[in-house]
Amino acid sequence: MAYRTPLARVRGLGSAKEGAEHFWRQRLTAVANIFLISFLVWLLLTLAGADYATVKRTLGKPHIAIPLLLLVLSGLVHMRLGMQTIIEDYVHSEGRKVAALMLNSFFAFVVGLVCVFAVLKLSFGA
Amino acid sequence: MAEARQTVERPLSPHLSIYSPLINMVMSILHRLTGGALYFGTLLLAAWLIAAAMGEAQFDFVNALFAHPIGKLILFGYTWALCHHMLGGMRHLIWDTGRGFAIWQINALSWLTIIGSVVLTLTIWAVGLMLRGGL
Repeated sequence: MAYRTPLARVRGLGSAKEGAEHFWRQRLTAVANIFLISFLVWLLLTLAGADYATVKRTLGKPHIAIPLLLLVLSGLVHMRLGMQTIIEDYVHSEGRKVAALMLNSFFAFVVGLVCVFAVLKLSFGA
Repeated sequence: MAEARQTVERPLSPHLSIYSPLINMVMSILHRLTGGALYFGTLLLAAWLIAAAMGEAQFDFVNALFAHPIGKLILFGYTWALCHHMLGGMRHLIWDTGRGFAIWQINALSWLTIIGSVVLTLTIWAVGLMLRGGL
């Protein structure tokens, strides 16, 4: 035991079981989201009042679908990290915290997959 | 053991309720609240996308929900939450560089966040309504 460094002893013991990775990914996706959300706002404005055929055709175009997929990916990672922080701040019982963190991940993955599936179907499907 | 269970009125550290609200504190709370709202707001985007992928009937149904006054109010709130959280995030990115920590700068950035979010939201909706040609 005497030979173990202090870092080796505490590694993995934080409530999140990880370190600066969380902070970095949060910032990385935050910067990405500035551009991707601006794109979404522009897209929704151009589609304001458009009929189904136009929306379908527009969402299937590669230069629309690809940023949209990036937005879903970046946005979902960002919001999952954010909700993880909220849960760690307010849910103190270990069991309930773990359950909430799992639900958080499930929610992000399911919503993300629904969005990705929809965009891919509009791009490739009938 | 019985005497060990005596309740002692221990002093508590001051929490939110004891401070009068300051602008940076209100913005901090709003940043977390809007973040939480946006989390569940992604369901709106997911519903819109999957409806578009399913077909015209489903797409028209979701669009009708969004066009309802309550739907519009939710979308308007969602727009504001998005703008507020984005501007608040930019404020945090500035702070991450170690800049902007003088009291006047903190206050200025906080006021810019709330005023900017309202202006941005109204601008987006004004442009949207103009492009659509009215409500």
